[in-house]
Amino acid sequence: MSNSERPNQLLRNLNAKVASIPMILTALVVFVGGTAWTVLYSFTNSKLLPRLNFVGLDQYYRLWATPRWLVSIENLLIYGVISLLFSLVIGFILAALLDQKIRFEDTFRTIFLYPFALSFIVTGLVWQWLLNPDFGIQRVVRDLGWTSFSFDPLYNSSIVIYGISIAALWQGTGLIMCLMLAGLRGIDEDIWKAARVDGIPMWKTYLFIIIPMMRPVFITTLVIIAAGIVKVYDLVVAQTSGGPGIASEVPAKYVYDYMFFAQNLGQGFAASTMMLLSVVIVIVPWAYLEFGGKKHG
Amino acid sequence: MAEAAASMSSDALRREASSRDASGPSGTKPRHALSRRNIFLYGTLIVVALYYLLPLYVMIVTSLKGMPEIRLGNIFSPPLEITFEPWVKAWSQACTGLNCDGLSRGFWNSVRITVPSVLLSIAIASVNGYALANWRFKGADTFFIILIVGAFIPYQVMIYPIVIILREIGIYGTLTGLVIVHSIFGMPILTLLFRNYFTSMPEELFRAARVDGAGFWGIYLRIMLPMSLPIFVVAIILQVTGIWNDFLFGVVYTRPDTYPMTVQLNNIVNSVQGVKEYNVNMAATILTGLVPLIVYFVSGKLFVRGIAAGAVKG
Repeated sequence: MSNSERPNQLLRNLNAKVASIPMILTALVVFVGGTAWTVLYSFTNSKLLPRLNFVGLDQYYRLWATPRWLVSIENLLIYGVISLLFSLVIGFILAALLDQKIRFEDTFRTIFLYPFALSFIVTGLVWQWLLNPDFGIQRVVRDLGWTSFSFDPLYNSSIVIYGISIAALWQGTGLIMCLMLAGLRGIDEDIWKAARVDGIPMWKTYLFIIIPMMRPVFITTLVIIAAGIVKVYDLVVAQTSGGPGIASEVPAKYVYDYMFFAQNLGQGFAASTMMLLSVVIVIVPWAYLEFGGKKHG
Repeated sequence: MAEAAASMSSDALRREASSRDASGPSGTKPRHALSRRNIFLYGTLIVVALYYLLPLYVMIVTSLKGMPEIRLGNIFSPPLEITFEPWVKAWSQACTGLNCDGLSRGFWNSVRITVPSVLLSIAIASVNGYALANWRFKGADTFFIILIVGAFIPYQVMIYPIVIILREIGIYGTLTGLVIVHSIFGMPILTLLFRNYFTSMPEELFRAARVDGAGFWGIYLRIMLPMSLPIFVVAIILQVTGIWNDFLFGVVYTRPDTYPMTVQLNNIVNSVQGVKEYNVNMAATILTGLVPLIVYFVSGKLFVRGIAAGAVKG
């Protein structure tokens, strides 16, 4: 009996299994296999071609001794803190403003969100032009009479990462606003009525009642922003190409340059493994809170 | 205090309105158009809206000016003499390296990349989602979880192994290779989208079709596909903008003559040789942004739905 049932079990849902082959291959070969491959080869001294010549943690020691990598990490941290903080605060405030039963809500939302439809390349190039010291905002203010005015973030290595953050915030805040607005719309109208009856001022209601109620929305948004931060690449390429000097380098660019220009694959693999590690550090606690916590509560 | 009073009075109005017509919208529009609250509210929104529109305005204005006017004038001032020459130049004459046939080549490359990538990725992901929702086999959920977790892995971790795979198959550097890459990386979010949609469809529909003797593909083509057109539209919007805007995969998996528009645009604008023609650069930038912008403005609310679902992609 069991012998005749076995092939049956395999053939059951055969069409579904065949149709899922692309998904299975992607999951196993690309996602699991590719990641494992890169991590494995990050322990080798591969240069032009990947070779299984293990050198332990050498690539990582070299990585953390390279000034360009350290600058990249520092930039990523600054960019990350700015992105998280400002896009959450601005996104929430804009959503709260739009949630006041205003007229032209759709028009305002369309305007705030349109930059998100543009690529990072387009965003970076527009802001490169706006921040151009010879023609852009600096020149306009100087022409108005304030001749000592200085605003050239893309050409000043100590603040260049802030110049990049300006463009990133312009592009991405609309999305955060939309997510927050969806969260605000999910709040029961009665909460507002109760708060008004009790005479609690609006800002206090937001700060102490609404925001704590929106905790899941905030956490999801946080994860989305964080996943985007680690990937930042095109924006920097378009706006500054990592310059001036190496002042605006980011990890994703380090990986690409070492893999495809410097022909130092081992460094590229080690750097990308570090990127993976940083994502794991963000994602695992979130996944634990989101999915692990529910079993207990 | 004034703000609190305003909100109290509008609340009173709202209550009055709701007692008049309980089935109507839950609140009326604020009556006093020029209250201090409204001036603050609309003032802030208009200022922020202007800030968001400013780069688009500067792009358009710059692209319509001649270079002498750009050198002398203010980037915010409207053009004194409108010229479309920068647009023509950006489209058909702008140089990348030794090639001077303009952005049109990148545009057609992007079309040839985007159309098959969108079709293939949606075809694969919708069938995946359908199998996951209605034809669960043992282990299917494990693969699905791997897929979703994989969406969070930085692309940089996987780009080199994929280079090797494509090179082994012999399609590294071709548009076919890039189409496959886009289908792979579009899979997690699209599969999630379709799975959730198909799961929410009434189970009886599926059962009735089964009783009538329809099989896997029959149910998919005759029932699921026609009934889920909205989610297909959302997926198309998501993929068209995402793939058109891609830069990293384009630069890694194609060669200079097959570069998509974003890569070519970056090469044109950031090329170091020659005199910088800012008007041509801005015209080229608008041209590259035009396709996703049109998709955005035409699709409206569906775009919001798409990005809310696709936001995980980061």
